[in-house]
Amino acid sequence: MMQHLPILQVLLPLLGAPLAALLRHRDMAWGLALLLTGAAFLISIILFSQQQMTGETLVYDLGGWPAPIGIVYVIDAASALVLPVISGIAFVATIAARRLVEAEIDARDHALFYAAWLLTIAGMLGQVTTGDAFNIFVFLEISSLSAYALVAMGAGRDRRALPAAFNYLILGTVGATFYVIGLGLLYMLTGTLNLVDLSDRLADVQSTRAAFTALAFIALGLFLKMALFPLHFWLVPAYAHAPSAVSALMAATATKVSVYVLIRLVFGVFGIDFPGLADAVGLLVLTLGIAGAFVGTLAAILETDLKKLFAQSSIAQLGYMAIGIGAMSATGLAAAFIHLFNHALMKGALFLAIGAIAAQVGRAGMGTIQGAGRQIPLTMTAILVGGLALIGVPLTAGFISKLYLVRALLEQDFWLLAALTFISSALALAYVWKIIETAWLKERPKGAPVLVETPVHYVPAWLMVIATIGFGIFASPLVDAAYAAAHVFIGGAR
Amino acid sequence: MLDAIFAIPGMMLILGALAVPLLPPFVRNYYMLALIAFSGWSVWQIAPGVHMTANLAGIDLILVRAEAITKPFALVFHIAAALNVIYAMHEDVKITAMAGLAYAGAAIAALFAGDFLTLFIYWELTAFTSVFLVLDGNTARSMGAAMRYLLMQVASGVILLAGAVLLWREGAGFAITALDATTPAGFCVLLAFGIKAAFPFLNGWLQDAYPEASVTGTVVLSAFTTKLSIYMLALCFAGLTPLIWVGAVMTLFPVFFAVIENDLRRVLAFSLNNQLGFMVVGIGVGTELALNGTVAHAFAHIIYKSLLFMSMGAVLFRTGTAKASELGGLWKQMPLTAIFCIIGAVSISSFPLFSGFVTKSLTIGATAKEGYFFVWLALIFASAGVLEHSGIKIPYFAFFGHDRKFKVKEAPLNMLIAMGIAAALCVIIGIFPQPLYALLPYEVKYDVWETGHVLGELQLLLFAVLAFVFLIVRGLYPPEIDSTVLNTDWLLRRAIPRVVKGLAMPVLTLWFGAVAWAQKTILTIFRISEETSRESGLVSGIASTGAAAGIFLAVFALMLLARLFM
Repeated sequence: MMQHLPILQVLLPLLGAPLAALLRHRDMAWGLALLLTGAAFLISIILFSQQQMTGETLVYDLGGWPAPIGIVYVIDAASALVLPVISGIAFVATIAARRLVEAEIDARDHALFYAAWLLTIAGMLGQVTTGDAFNIFVFLEISSLSAYALVAMGAGRDRRALPAAFNYLILGTVGATFYVIGLGLLYMLTGTLNLVDLSDRLADVQSTRAAFTALAFIALGLFLKMALFPLHFWLVPAYAHAPSAVSALMAATATKVSVYVLIRLVFGVFGIDFPGLADAVGLLVLTLGIAGAFVGTLAAILETDLKKLFAQSSIAQLGYMAIGIGAMSATGLAAAFIHLFNHALMKGALFLAIGAIAAQVGRAGMGTIQGAGRQIPLTMTAILVGGLALIGVPLTAGFISKLYLVRALLEQDFWLLAALTFISSALALAYVWKIIETAWLKERPKGAPVLVETPVHYVPAWLMVIATIGFGIFASPLVDAAYAAAHVFIGGAR
Repeated sequence: MLDAIFAIPGMMLILGALAVPLLPPFVRNYYMLALIAFSGWSVWQIAPGVHMTANLAGIDLILVRAEAITKPFALVFHIAAALNVIYAMHEDVKITAMAGLAYAGAAIAALFAGDFLTLFIYWELTAFTSVFLVLDGNTARSMGAAMRYLLMQVASGVILLAGAVLLWREGAGFAITALDATTPAGFCVLLAFGIKAAFPFLNGWLQDAYPEASVTGTVVLSAFTTKLSIYMLALCFAGLTPLIWVGAVMTLFPVFFAVIENDLRRVLAFSLNNQLGFMVVGIGVGTELALNGTVAHAFAHIIYKSLLFMSMGAVLFRTGTAKASELGGLWKQMPLTAIFCIIGAVSISSFPLFSGFVTKSLTIGATAKEGYFFVWLALIFASAGVLEHSGIKIPYFAFFGHDRKFKVKEAPLNMLIAMGIAAALCVIIGIFPQPLYALLPYEVKYDVWETGHVLGELQLLLFAVLAFVFLIVRGLYPPEIDSTVLNTDWLLRRAIPRVVKGLAMPVLTLWFGAVAWAQKTILTIFRISEETSRESGLVSGIASTGAAAGIFLAVFALMLLARLFM
């Protein structure tokens, strides 16, 4: 049993999906989803603690076929760190999903909703666990296709979900296609798809133009999937018009998985010494990352719809992760991992709290939350703390992220970038302040709908808020795990 | 865990402040006093040394560490906090009560911070809590002043953080130790402290914001921020010679402004700046005697400055104005306030037997001993100036001078009690300085009661009084007849501005032009992006699918091209 955990954690939600569709009853489907995501979360925690204790890489041969012939699932320091993030958020989001789904989606579609929900989670977990490049593509498509469907389900309430889902579908497919083209080139060059094997064989042909083109195709496809500026066009409408539960799940996890896959392929397969990686790709990622940080933050300042506002801020946050990757150092990668983890917590909390409002009044805009601070203090405080963490206020997890990001940049003497990172973080104060001012300092207008606290939303949101603060104060376990994850790809001192 | 948090000095006040709005008014004040008393008692037990450390993400933080000079500062901060609570007892303003208590707590906690990151947090906390006190002035002017105040305070914090990161980068760690001001890191830290200590040209916020706060707010503000900065300067930059000259300038220039200023609370703000100058000189000299002087002076200064601000606050509270031109003759209606104000005034002017005398003498004595003749001269002149504007001008214009026949009552009882305690402390310290001297970091070998010194001080004071009497009798004193002061301050008010204007006009035009242009550009960008973000656009991320795919290809091409050319 124990040795099968790596596959079980993907398999459970994957097999649960058709079952949920067959169950047809919405509460049973939800219960199944809750059970399976909970199980996946538990398994990932076990795997994580196992990996932490032994410090070894756990390789699971699918069907007993060892690599490079068979497909392997790999639990190393990096995947062990990302797995609990995905499954944990999935679990918490599933708790909150029931009421959100009841409020927003046609009752006939609920079972199908949970089927797609489980599929997208299985896809994400699969991408993180698998050690096979083509298997990554398969899981990428599983999670993406079900995500398109999930976004489109917002149409019952907001017709704009349909064009958003279509846009997402087209662009997502372009991204996935680029990835698979790059993979094709690699396969042509090396004749293998196993990540470790690929890395070994690529060393002989790494100076060929085809190898770099493969890198470009793969990196670009993943840039799009992780919504790196300026390839982020699909993200804002998709998150804004999707059902609230989907926004919460995807905002916290979907792009993170792509960040992880990007790190795994670029550093795990091509390697830091790959010709053209550090200069051409690194420079591009740094530039786009910092540009994204500014554009996302500025756009967030202009937004009046809360979902869009925080979707824009996601662009900025992904920019920071990209900066960490672009620093091309162990500390940089660690910073990316730390921020990946922390941002998942913050955004999960934010979108759950916003979902609580959206489920009641249909749209969480600035007008809706005016004066809401006194009416629903718990929900609004969750948004407030999440916002403060996004800025990077000390004692929140966001501060730790920024601290290590700046540290990584200073290690490489990127003074200007460090300063820009600092400035763009400070700019985030503008949109958080906008929310504080609207929600707490203004009176609730007369005749505005009365908002009520919904424990089923604010409890999960607060779980993540507390985690955000907890990891802001007791950061060292996370930092250690992130460095361990980074050292899988790049050696070097702390 | 929890008791560890409460073991951080000041944390009790910061966290305790959170409960303040929940309590009914009559409980609230006693709750705050009890909290301050308990905090004061527990802080009193802390011996010098490192007491609490923490590790945040691999960085060693020193949460509680006391130096030899920490205790007197911590003690006087508690005294000031208690006085503030008593002074504000007649009010029922939750937000300022809360902000004031948290502000005091943050300042106390900052005294014990052993590393720059911890300090940074409290440093910003003092800024964010104290700004509520300025905002409480509740006027359009106080709103503007509060924003300018916050800007400077936060800027100071950011520069401090930059300095801390630079230090870390140099491999020195974050610990607060003596720094070299010639390195970029040291300079940043010095600049950050300098802003809060109101160094010349960095002092605008002080005279701008303090007089705009409410009656009680100004009193709270006057105690903490600047003295915290003095404390930090003493820890990091003791013996940095340029500080002597900076301090000397600080003692001198506010004198002129204070003499021509009409708002008596702003006069006090200038005089506060001048007093800080004495302390900065002491830090610059850096000998044992001088540092003793700085610490003792800060201690006494907080008390008598609070007293003066309290008395002017009481006047403002009763009459509704603190303008010299509108006040006068109040001694009949407010005799006790007048007496307390005079005690504060003679203390700040360092009359023998009052607290200023036994503390300021240490600093002035140190400059003489180290042979800084011109600095010594400047300090002597500044002392005369202090007497001029704080010692005589304040009580004279408020309580004597033209009798404006106010029909007002004496100040409320709680204000009188607060002022009475402060006045008593001024006298007690003045007569029995030994307990204060015992608190100082070094042994006091200086004999303040030496005959020559006492006589010299008295001569100085008498001549300053004479000058004031002369000016008043001849009708030359500024606020009374504006035109006659052309002689003395024309340079300050007209000539220098004119020359500066002539020189600076082109630069300023260019600068403001550039700023206006930048503003216009930013606004245009915002407008364009806002327009485009309605439906589609780069910023909003809702471009059409085709356009998005086009951009995608462009980035791809860029990446391949980058490889070709790099």
